[in-house]
Amino acid sequence: MTDKQGGGALFRTKDIVRSSIALGLVTALAAACGSGATPAPSVSAASAAPASAAPASAAPASAAPASAGASTAASQWTTSHPFKAAFIYVGAPSDAGWTHAHELGRLAVQNAFGGRVETMYKENVPEGPQASQVITQLVNQGANIIFSTSFGYQPSMVAAAKQYPNVLFEQATGTALAPNLAEYFGAGEDGDYLSGMAAGAASATGKIGFVAPYPIPEVIREIDAYTMGARAMNPNATVRVVWTNTWFNPATERQAAESLVAAGVDVLGDGQDSPTTGQVAEAAGLKWTGYDSNQESFAPNAWLTATTYNWGPYYVKEVTDAMNGTWKSHFYYGGLGDGFVVMAPFGKSVSPATQAAIIAKENAIKAGTFDPFTGPILKQDGSVGVPAGTTLTVMQKYALNWFVQGVIGSPKG
Amino acid sequence: MNSDIAVAIAVSAIAYGTPLVLAGLGELLAERSGVLNLGVEGMMLMGAVTAFFTSQVMHGPGWAVLIVAVIAAGAAGAALALIHAFLSITIRVNQIVSGLALTIFAGVIGLSSYAGQVWNIGGQHGVHQLNKMDLFGLSGLPVVGPILFDQDAFVYLSWVLVVLVAYYLYRTRIGLYLRAVGESPRSADAMGINVTAYRYTHTVIGGFLAGLGGAYFTLAIAPIWTDGLTAGAGWIAIALVIFAFWRPDLLVVGAYLFGALSSLGFTLQANGVRLPAEFFSALPYLMTIVVLAGASTTLAKRRIGTPAALGVPYVREEA
Repeated sequence: MTDKQGGGALFRTKDIVRSSIALGLVTALAAACGSGATPAPSVSAASAAPASAAPASAAPASAAPASAGASTAASQWTTSHPFKAAFIYVGAPSDAGWTHAHELGRLAVQNAFGGRVETMYKENVPEGPQASQVITQLVNQGANIIFSTSFGYQPSMVAAAKQYPNVLFEQATGTALAPNLAEYFGAGEDGDYLSGMAAGAASATGKIGFVAPYPIPEVIREIDAYTMGARAMNPNATVRVVWTNTWFNPATERQAAESLVAAGVDVLGDGQDSPTTGQVAEAAGLKWTGYDSNQESFAPNAWLTATTYNWGPYYVKEVTDAMNGTWKSHFYYGGLGDGFVVMAPFGKSVSPATQAAIIAKENAIKAGTFDPFTGPILKQDGSVGVPAGTTLTVMQKYALNWFVQGVIGSPKG
Repeated sequence: MNSDIAVAIAVSAIAYGTPLVLAGLGELLAERSGVLNLGVEGMMLMGAVTAFFTSQVMHGPGWAVLIVAVIAAGAAGAALALIHAFLSITIRVNQIVSGLALTIFAGVIGLSSYAGQVWNIGGQHGVHQLNKMDLFGLSGLPVVGPILFDQDAFVYLSWVLVVLVAYYLYRTRIGLYLRAVGESPRSADAMGINVTAYRYTHTVIGGFLAGLGGAYFTLAIAPIWTDGLTAGAGWIAIALVIFAFWRPDLLVVGAYLFGALSSLGFTLQANGVRLPAEFFSALPYLMTIVVLAGASTTLAKRRIGTPAALGVPYVREEA
């Protein structure tokens, strides 16, 4: 009698076991595919560049407390309360990558204003409907300005900007604008051109490998600029691209990097959030250009240089403007010129001649006399991508979906 | 494809397969005792964060630090498994709910992330790392050298463990008792086997091994810590146990096949072969689904011997 009951119960339980395992698998599969399909978070940038090292175009650190009753589009803020600046993070501040860099920016704001500004952040906020809830929550907590640091929050930010006209919104890496919604990002590709020059000069065989996250325009233009930089130093150089379909997964990044080493490259570059590619290069005795931050300590012998982003001065300036009532909606695209994009220090193996060549180009970019995306630029198949005498606009760069000549791999992933 | 590339894939398969072998062996032992542990992912993450923290803050010779870090990682996994054991064995909570709850509790945005923040190890790079050891000085041999004689200590440990577990299951008396507990706890109990003790022990050992699997990520694969860096390896380990029909030898095959498949996609890309990256990202999971579908037919089920009492709490019927 009990046996029978037991047997029945057992059968059902086993079914549950099976179906829940299946569920787990499906979830894993969805995660694997889903992450590939979605042009996920944002550009995987990030700079661990200390905020103090900020070359700071902006940052009037001693902003005068605003004339009360701010005039423009904004805020209910009055000087009697601390001004509240909120940040929405897609990851955790400890990620050593994208979110960490924004966290340094938030701390720069806190340091610049002390008790006059209260900063807050929400971490690990999923991109999707939940972002709207988080924004509402921040508004209810009295946020005067909200920075959302990942592309996937854009729809929620657009809706929130309509709903809360008295709050200022700033969206990183997006394109949507409204009277109280601004956009901000920077020309990482200019830095990638310079990194590419270092890679091209360091490669004896001319075979360079690139560990790339997602096949989206931001990453494609990084690789294009990198390749053009490499070929500027080494006309026959090729860049082999391997897509990982993840911003951050050390195990996957390692496999991808090792597959490039096995294919015979002698320099590695990457657009990932972790320094794993560099660790692979170090172990294999190759050279490496990083991304996001100064990662030299992860691979001291392999290290060449890297493109890094410096968010702090921008955040300080925006909060200053908002407090002063001079904030206006804008599309900010920073670069090497204003210190938003910063080249990490050169590694010890970069020769003085190469350094000089790179610095000369860097100065030309800063002076506005050189843009990597000025024609003639040929596509992979030899057809004309950018005609002679033409330079791509920022919006054209935002939509770039083809590889330049010299890239081995597909821009479709 | 030349032999260099094949060797590179094999080496990569072992590197990526090793944490799966360790965590999978642990899950296999727990399931053999009748306890389904869906908390593996959480236990791996706790192992990963604990191992990294220990190796960062401890001073001493590298080998000693690494040994302590590995044991600490195992202990962290075992501690979580003990919670699962208490919930599912002693107070007979649904094992699926308990396991899932533990993975959520310890996983991303959970305890492991919190520990990483409190210990402030995000962004640090590892002081100590498991290096490859040139075993018997034979790493220079063609083909077999890099595959068999140029691995790190964890890989060799995992090989030893596979042999030990296989021997234990099939050649020892307590291994036989363990299988009895997983098949029919009532009969085992009638024979005088302490069902509760067996289940507790193997669930906790399983957690220990999951912790070791996690430690492999932060001590060998990439010596850094970040939230959720095991990226679903715990779930794959659970699937592999079924894939392997609860046999240690097949588990190794499955784990390395998994590693090889994921490496193959990158290798083809690196050599300019145009195939969608998403296809290769999905390939190992597709393989698992195919095997699971095949294994779930009635005929297969009779042959592969799923522990009959898997997932069922044991209640002793008092006469």
